[in-house]
Amino acid sequence: MTQTQQHTISVLVENKPGVLARVALLFSRRGYNIESLAVSITENPKISRMTVVVNGDEQEVEQITKQLHKLIDVSKVQDYIDVPIIARELALIKVNAEVNNRTAILQLVEIFRGRVIDMSDKTFVIEVTGGNDKIDALEKLLEPYGIRELVRTGRIAMARGIRGM
Amino acid sequence: MRVKGSRALLESLKREGVDTIFGYPGGAVIPIYDMIYQFPDIRHILVRHEQGAGHMAEGYALATGKVGVCLATSGPGATNLVTPLADAMMDSVPLVAITGQVRSNLIGTDAFQEADITGITMPITKHNWLVRDVTQLPEIVAEAFHIARSGRPGPVLIDIPRDIAEAEFEYTPVESVDIPTFKPTTRGHSVQIKRAAEFIADAKKPILYVGGGANHAYAYKEVRELAEKINTPVTTTLKGLGAFPETHPLSLGMLGMHGTAYANYAVSECDLLIAVGARFDDRVTGKVAEWVPNAKIIHIDIDPAEIGKVLLADVPIVGDVKAILTELNKVVKAKMHPEWVSQINKLKQDFPLHYPNDGVLHGQYVIEQIGEVSDHKAICVTDVGQHQMWAAQFFKCEMPRQFVTSGGLGTMGFGLPAAIGAQFGAPDKTVFCVTGDGSIQMCIQELMVATIYKLPIKICILNNQFLGMVRQWQELFQGNRYSSVDMEAAPDFVKLAEAYGAHAIRCFNPSGVRAALEEAMSITDRPTVLDFRISKEENVYPMIPSGGTIHQMVVQRPPDMVPLDSYIASEMYMGEDDQAAPAEEEKETVPVPRAQ
Repeated sequence: MTQTQQHTISVLVENKPGVLARVALLFSRRGYNIESLAVSITENPKISRMTVVVNGDEQEVEQITKQLHKLIDVSKVQDYIDVPIIARELALIKVNAEVNNRTAILQLVEIFRGRVIDMSDKTFVIEVTGGNDKIDALEKLLEPYGIRELVRTGRIAMARGIRGM
Repeated sequence: MRVKGSRALLESLKREGVDTIFGYPGGAVIPIYDMIYQFPDIRHILVRHEQGAGHMAEGYALATGKVGVCLATSGPGATNLVTPLADAMMDSVPLVAITGQVRSNLIGTDAFQEADITGITMPITKHNWLVRDVTQLPEIVAEAFHIARSGRPGPVLIDIPRDIAEAEFEYTPVESVDIPTFKPTTRGHSVQIKRAAEFIADAKKPILYVGGGANHAYAYKEVRELAEKINTPVTTTLKGLGAFPETHPLSLGMLGMHGTAYANYAVSECDLLIAVGARFDDRVTGKVAEWVPNAKIIHIDIDPAEIGKVLLADVPIVGDVKAILTELNKVVKAKMHPEWVSQINKLKQDFPLHYPNDGVLHGQYVIEQIGEVSDHKAICVTDVGQHQMWAAQFFKCEMPRQFVTSGGLGTMGFGLPAAIGAQFGAPDKTVFCVTGDGSIQMCIQELMVATIYKLPIKICILNNQFLGMVRQWQELFQGNRYSSVDMEAAPDFVKLAEAYGAHAIRCFNPSGVRAALEEAMSITDRPTVLDFRISKEENVYPMIPSGGTIHQMVVQRPPDMVPLDSYIASEMYMGEDDQAAPAEEEKETVPVPRAQ
């Protein structure tokens, strides 16, 4: 048995009602765990793109991609395991920012190339993009100040270079 | 031409060659039924429960190879189709289910008889549609039939709100379907086919393992040609029965949990397994890791997702089974395997299928007689349980699509409606429905349909007054704790059949079986119900326990007081004394014959 790895899978689907439900049902019915799922429009208004992150060995992920292919509304499935990709995620973090902590937090945000996009007398809202590791790291560093709210988009990904899907 | 949605639906169905619809009306489909009234070319069969409509459409599809069509109203009508759709999905039966839906403006308001049937059936259909715009209806119908019958066949569902059926629009017939995201591979990869031929050339103990896909693809001749050319024994799955004649010397019958001992031994020893339209189901493999320890695997299937799902194949070939076998037969070299075949013939002699010959009526005997009385030409439709396994073992199929059964889902209640559907599809054939006293009561209301249409189906109830298969498991694995399997309190099936207008016969003894069946064969203007009172506690053997291996196979009933695990077949196979069939000690439980 091959080892379990994290796979990033891009799925092109028809932009029709119920497509998200079909994909989500497939994952739950076959017992696959989704680490993250992001859905958006694409350059083609008739097509949506889903980026799914799953953990599994080669055989499991091959089965996932084949089952996805069987859905009539799915037109393309690409597992990026052997392809150099750019993968990004965006997070919004609402963190406690008392006056005496603000400088320290701003430094952290600077180091992580994030931005403070909103503030109140007690909080910052920080926007940060990057790979999961980077966001995880920032999250950990902000935790001592008290994270009030956190939301992440899930990973989106694209192959490097000229190569398309 | 400006027409209503309902007319466009019926026109589209006609263009797909639909001649029969099985259905049941209701509020949301009244406009569609009004249009059916105006289409004399399309015969509507009024069922007695929507589940019956679904299974009839399945039986029709399985017997004819055409797409079955069923129709139900919204809400409860639609949800009653759920079981047949799940059944069709598991067994790859091409089915188009049409359901009514509440008016578009009421969708999502919990309206009267509203159910989200597209949501409910997503995992049990190949695809489904909620029609939101009447102009799309013709295209959706065309796509639905295309998807149902193409690639790996399966069920689809079209949900039509009442206002869509009533809406008028400019109708133009759909001439051709093109779904860019649905392009099944049909031709096998030539390099893989050549590799398969090489593997076959190297094999010393090959086995053909043929599944339902060979029946769906009508690959009967091709399977036979390959088997004979490379002198290779053939075992079929439950759904593969009929894809290779069981009277052929190379036939091993069915394999798996209740397969023949010789098929299972042969598979466990083979060095090359050629899987043809089969999906390595758990009822076939038992414990996968120990199933074919020494074999290379060639896996031919139309569904790429089946390849490598359960076992990794050495040579995967995706495509239409018939097309691939045709190509393979061209490149494969003729071969003989005299040693292997004689080893298997020895196994056949040593471990034949058998049952007690003790003067008591046993289900297996009834099945054998059905086979004989119909000259093995009848369509045999079964329900689910012990009788189904006995039918699979003893009927001896000779032709493709002759054995109609619920395999993957194991749906009790499938038999009678499926037999009705099969008889509608094949009016010139004799149709037997082999069922049990449990199964028949799950859809017995459809007997009325058989009577109304004068269908001469022979419904053989193997009545042991038990839910026999569950009882068998309870006997073998739960220490005889017969929890909720007693069916002694049952209607008088003879009177019940007569109330439905069917002919009815009751039979208690082996000596009466042939005459009863011949009487049934002579009745041609209505169904005949035969109530066979069989021995109560007969088991289905051989049996490999669920998740077990060939080493746990039990080939016959252990003598009393002998623990099951000390009577496993492998010990016999290893040469332990050839224990004679134990005397059945169940005389007291056998129903006492009564005057008819």
